[in-house]
Amino acid sequence: MTDHTTFEHDVLVIGAGGAGLRAAIEATAAGVSVGLICKSLLGKAHTVMAEGGMAAAMGNVDDRDNWKVHFSDTMRGGQYVNNWRMAELHAKEAPDRVRELEAWGAVFDRTKDGKILQRNFGGHRYPRLAHVGDRTGLELIRTLQDHGIHQGIDVHMEVTVISLLKDGDRVVGCFAYEREHGRFRVFKAKAVILATGGVGRAYRITSNSWEGTGDGHALAYHAGAELIDMEFIQFHPTGMVWPPSVRGILVTEGVRGEGGILKNSEGKRFMFDDIPANYKEQTADNEEEGWRYVTGDKNARRPPELLTRDHVARCINREVKAGRGTPHGGVYLDIAWIKEKIKDAPEHIKRKLPSMYHQFMQLANLDITTTPMEVGPTTHYIMGGIRVDADTQASTLPGLYAAGECASGINGANRLGGNSLSDLIVFGKRAGEYAAQFSKENSHGSIDDAQIDREAKRALEPFERVDGENPFAIQHDLQGMMQDLVGIVRQESEMLEALDGLAKLNERAKKTFVPGNIDFNPGWHTSLDLRNLLTVSEAITRSAIERKESRGGQFRDDYPDKDPEFSKFNIAVKEVNGEMQISRVPIPEMPAELKQVIEEMG
Amino acid sequence: MAKATFSIRRGGRDGGEMVDYQAEVSEGMVVLDAVHQIQAESAPDLACRWNCKAGKCGSCSAEINGMPKLMCMTRLDTIDLSQTVTIEPMRAFPPIKDLISDVSWNYEVKKRIKKFNPRKPDAEDGTWRMQQSDIDRVQEFRKCIECYLCQDVCHVLRDHNKHEEFIGPRFLVYTAALEMHPLDTENRTEDLKDMFGIGYCNITKCCTKVCPEHITITDNAIIPLKERVVDEHYDPLKKLVKLFRKK
Ligand SMILES: Cc1cc2nc3c(=O)[nH]c(=O)nc-3n(C[C@H](O)[C@H](O)[C@H](O)COP(=O)(O)OP(=O)(O)OC[C@H]3O[C@@H](n4cnc5c(N)ncnc54)[C@H](O)[C@@H]3O)c2cc1C
Ligand code: SF4
Ligand code: SF4
Ligand code: FES
Repeated sequence: MTDHTTFEHDVLVIGAGGAGLRAAIEATAAGVSVGLICKSLLGKAHTVMAEGGMAAAMGNVDDRDNWKVHFSDTMRGGQYVNNWRMAELHAKEAPDRVRELEAWGAVFDRTKDGKILQRNFGGHRYPRLAHVGDRTGLELIRTLQDHGIHQGIDVHMEVTVISLLKDGDRVVGCFAYEREHGRFRVFKAKAVILATGGVGRAYRITSNSWEGTGDGHALAYHAGAELIDMEFIQFHPTGMVWPPSVRGILVTEGVRGEGGILKNSEGKRFMFDDIPANYKEQTADNEEEGWRYVTGDKNARRPPELLTRDHVARCINREVKAGRGTPHGGVYLDIAWIKEKIKDAPEHIKRKLPSMYHQFMQLANLDITTTPMEVGPTTHYIMGGIRVDADTQASTLPGLYAAGECASGINGANRLGGNSLSDLIVFGKRAGEYAAQFSKENSHGSIDDAQIDREAKRALEPFERVDGENPFAIQHDLQGMMQDLVGIVRQESEMLEALDGLAKLNERAKKTFVPGNIDFNPGWHTSLDLRNLLTVSEAITRSAIERKESRGGQFRDDYPDKDPEFSKFNIAVKEVNGEMQISRVPIPEMPAELKQVIEEMG
Repeated sequence: MAKATFSIRRGGRDGGEMVDYQAEVSEGMVVLDAVHQIQAESAPDLACRWNCKAGKCGSCSAEINGMPKLMCMTRLDTIDLSQTVTIEPMRAFPPIKDLISDVSWNYEVKKRIKKFNPRKPDAEDGTWRMQQSDIDRVQEFRKCIECYLCQDVCHVLRDHNKHEEFIGPRFLVYTAALEMHPLDTENRTEDLKDMFGIGYCNITKCCTKVCPEHITITDNAIIPLKERVVDEHYDPLKKLVKLFRKK
């Protein structure tokens, strides 16, 4: 039998970003033993990179805000294919979750009367994002981490999970290796929570770290759980485009929230040219009004730069394709211009956007207080993921829960900025609570050794070959193909080509070879990540083919319009006999109270 | 395209050697790009840590030409590439493999510091009121990305190996953030003196110089903490007063 060490916990949380940490804290508070696994060191998860803030309708800056407005903004942003119950819970509970962070030591920026300050963000009607300059994710993860280390959570750092273990239908643990020596570990748990984040590494231009390889999505899928909405990928409109080595790194939407404007090479503010009908009433139709909005005039409507991300990204794409782009293939994002409006503009910019200032200074030799930035779309977030029950975050498999970016439902076809960080704490907490409850009601399952041997054998194959494919090269080719064929603008013929390509890449991925030994070997790690990347890429592509319309994160050249038929269901994928099966899951009818909220809010 | 030579530490916990690699240099490249290029092309088993590639996570700390730096924020055009560039792991911690060192000690230290303990909420809805001017200093400390470069450069840890007695600049900053938090009611001065070894710091300011977040570690965090320790410990009256008031 395979050499391994076994650990036992009541609840096992896979992933230590905001969602995983919040879940682990909640589960320990319920009095069960908790293990927490992460691929990197604690505190380094993707969440640390979040900049702009977390959305919660506290009404500290504009007292017209409340959960109903937040709920209807979220549904509108998601183009009404969201799980409405999740959107409701999220809007109602986010304020308490944010306040709780303050009780745990978070230090948010303040309003003049000493409350938590909130800022404007795309798609949010009122200033709603609690923030700390442009490093809100750091504040979130550090607060949870520093609170969590005193709760008695067993943290397993630099450990990578490569499959879930089952007893019949039920998920009862997982199989993993520790990175330092490649030694195998078996974790037995009464309930498992996936909180593994996103899939951005499936694309070449991305704001995501190496961790974003869709592991949780793939683990759940291969265990037999359903994934939904996988076609909905968020391309953030403003990533860096120059120099090449930083291409894709995020430029926070906060820049536009503070008054930054988008211009093409002709100096035109092109966003005014294309304001979607359902946002016309909420959007400024002149520059003057837009400026008044970002400076806090409650009677002004927001500038078109703050329309939803899917739309802004497509407009930028269009400008560049039409030959009105910048020298390096982006458009200009200008915050320096506000010096025409306010006195100490450079100081103001540095105070409000300190890490953007440093990022451009250090990486691009560019001073954003004097010079416009060049920006273009970057793969940022996946709305799709593990299908969960809204209240409990239970997946379609008993014993398996999911929260955060790897779960799906709240965002529908497009996520509003700031709704992810609040999603992490709202549903992280819920996942922790219900997984703990499940663990109290069930005993440990049994794990047969054959499962373990099979997984170990598969994992070690790259060392057994004497020659073969370079895993980095396969990853590189996959990213390029997804970028070109299943990117911002899609069409059937290209996506079918992508499916062929994926089949070929799958074959290559079975023949990887890695030199060196098993100790902390990135070649080996990448080789194992490939399976996940290929799985999620296939799910994205098949789901995107199935949705023959354009909505939110999915734009199809061959079906450029929204089709009401497609607002009635979500697209799901599931593994059946080793094949990916597509189905349509009807969206339940929204209760009358919620319908009324949407009507009232306009 | 121009090429440059990088001499990178290879090896595990028991020892290692410097190995030379070539990388192609293009505009805007940072040291981490060069390491990735080498990894993808000639040394797939070359170990390094990174996550954000934008100076936000503090994973990619290393010693570049002997200087403690973030690999992702060190542009190649700021280094003399006519000479071989050396890249080594942080030396104040045990090596694990190649560019990775064992920083687990830092995680243990943090657990020993008393956690945040807020006063009762100011408002009925369970919230507090704080002015921005009262939290500016704490926010400066909370910018820390836990890269541990300051720990790496501090001679008390690096040369004198006082890991048992001294928590290092990172955790003095962490303690300062708690002590100066307007809501916190805990007292950590006794610990600073006895368990955390604040007396070992002789204000060389090396830590402040390397901090990628530009936190003024010594002037804003350590010196005020030292003053608190002196005040409380050597002034019996103050000590007594302190016992009776919240803070
Ligand atoms: C640059 C940037 C800025 C952003 N800004 C904002 C913002 O301002 N507001 C907002 O709301 N959202 C923002 N987002 C989005 C948001 O940050 C993410 O969606 C969110 O942080 C995801 O959190 P998570 O807890 O789901 O997962 P992550 O934080 O991604 O954590 C995933 C965890 O899972 C672990 N893991 C993954 N796979 C495995 C495995 N196989 N085995 C073991 N562990 C594993 C990882 O190690 C990690 O600990 C931003 C994103 C980026 C990239
Ligand atoms: S100032 Fe103190 S903590 Fe900083 S490096 Fe010098 S001795 Fe170490
Ligand atoms: S204080 Fe500065 S140098 Fe030290 S760990 Fe924090 S960010 Fe790094
Ligand atoms: S990779 Fe995050 S700080 Fe360098």
